[in-house]
Amino acid sequence: MRFRLYGQIVPLPAMIGLLIIGVNVVGAVFAPIIAPFAEADVVGDAWADADWTHLLGLDNLGRDVFSRLLYGARLSIGLSLLITTLSFIIGVIGGFTAAIGKGWIDTVLSRFVDLILAMPTLIFAFVVLSVMGTDLGVLVVTLACLDSVKVFRLARALAVNVSALEYVEVARLRGEGLWWVITREILPNTTAPLIAEFGLRFSFAFLFVAALSFLGLGVQPPTADWGSMVRDYREVIALDLAAPFYPAAAIALLTIGVNFVVDWLLAVQSRGYGEGA
Amino acid sequence: MLRLVIQRLGFGAMTILAASVLIFAGTEILPGDLASAILQNTATPENLAEMRLQLGLDRPAVVRYVEWIARAAQGDLGVSLSNQRPVADELAPRLRNSFFLAGFSALVAVPLAVFLGLMAAIYQNSFYDRAVNFFTLMTISIPEYLVGYLLVKYLSVRWQIFPSLANVMPETTFVDRIDLTFLPMLTLVLVVVAHMMRMTRASVLNIMASPYIEMAFLKGLTKTRVVVRHAFPNALAPIIAVIALNLAYLVVGVVVVESVFVYPGLGQLLVDAVSKHDVPLVQACGLIFSCVFILLNLTADVLGIISNPRLRRPR
Repeated sequence: MRFRLYGQIVPLPAMIGLLIIGVNVVGAVFAPIIAPFAEADVVGDAWADADWTHLLGLDNLGRDVFSRLLYGARLSIGLSLLITTLSFIIGVIGGFTAAIGKGWIDTVLSRFVDLILAMPTLIFAFVVLSVMGTDLGVLVVTLACLDSVKVFRLARALAVNVSALEYVEVARLRGEGLWWVITREILPNTTAPLIAEFGLRFSFAFLFVAALSFLGLGVQPPTADWGSMVRDYREVIALDLAAPFYPAAAIALLTIGVNFVVDWLLAVQSRGYGEGA
Repeated sequence: MLRLVIQRLGFGAMTILAASVLIFAGTEILPGDLASAILQNTATPENLAEMRLQLGLDRPAVVRYVEWIARAAQGDLGVSLSNQRPVADELAPRLRNSFFLAGFSALVAVPLAVFLGLMAAIYQNSFYDRAVNFFTLMTISIPEYLVGYLLVKYLSVRWQIFPSLANVMPETTFVDRIDLTFLPMLTLVLVVVAHMMRMTRASVLNIMASPYIEMAFLKGLTKTRVVVRHAFPNALAPIIAVIALNLAYLVVGVVVVESVFVYPGLGQLLVDAVSKHDVPLVQACGLIFSCVFILLNLTADVLGIISNPRLRRPR
């Protein structure tokens, strides 16, 4: 049996990936309905074993691990989505402007980006966090700005290719403005690779936010988030309990799912449209 | 070639300088400053102003930047806010520990990755090759702490082969040190090996499409010989680049692994400093991390130029 999406055959890994993403999104959006308990409610003894009412057992304070996972998905996924979206807005606008503007705008922006890319961006996130404290708004903006540099690179390269084509020249000769050329001529013809990049950037942002929370520098208690859950539960590794592995595995699973889909998107593009459809 | 190398060195020096400016500016542009970072919740307008005067924050930022960088170049990185000790003294033992762990991991990971990558290129499209591809995808998706904790769960809690905490002391002997850092090393190796391996495979396969490789096959050489003697030397530049990138990751990305194994390295220090708002310490750590990162990339660039015979002769 073959499934198709927009005329493209969806291979098995990509289907698994889409399924994982779907389950996660549904779980995150409908967390208050699905979750049997509230995220901060103490419902029993600490580290109680799993049973039918507490599917994954209870945590260090006696809260339901399964419910916390559902609520945690909201923050983990939501924050990463926000970061990635913001970085794409900055990066794509910058990249397209550089590619179309050419001349000194392009030189200045590209040199600046080269310089930033030659440095470890993670370190700047730390510097900013040390001064500003662990505020989620600051975190989102900082990570988005740092990430947008990589988006800029791709967006510029794509736009340079497309803007050399005749139809863009026609639009310019017709007297269309910069905004029209960007939104109506270039953007529609660069969406496919940008979507694949979005998936990839999302998975990196997701892992990074989780890592920051794991280090205690991201989401602060009592709010649940997968990274901070691993941090909270890590002491019971020595007792051979499974609790810390649930959030960690959830992080890994979603990232694998996104990567499966990205791999497929990239494969479709390198094959070109029409073939294999 | 010399001109090219000097050009790269110049760019590297510029990048380090720019990194230092950014690290310094990061604490300047933002609304909170050093004084409010120290005082935290006890800040009132009066003691805030006094603290600023005491720290010299009333002087222009440019002057303070030049002072900071000039002192840092002489090894004086300021005083830690949390315990009033000189930052350089705090850093030195940590830095040695981090380099030990990163070096240990690199020593295992690099030969392993190159060997496995070459094997994957030789047995292209075999079951082994596809297994490698799948494994790579998994390792870029799985966070370091999951790998680390899985290793702890099985190798140290269940079967008790290795210690779960890497609490090395300055007086720990070399053999004990290897034993203590074995699990963190293994975690880092598992995380970086797949990427390096895949890049080795890709760059060798890229070269395999050239006519001279076909010639070598037509001469009747075995596949192993063609890959190892003909394709590999020409694929060296990209392989070196990717190895350097991963080594830079080893030094910068050890932060999480050090936290998992409570290893007293630079990464742990950095995380502690960030949560304690110890700005001078964070700046110093940032500066060191940036320098290492940039220097590794620079080395890769220079080695890449040297390994490419076409760039050795001036045109």
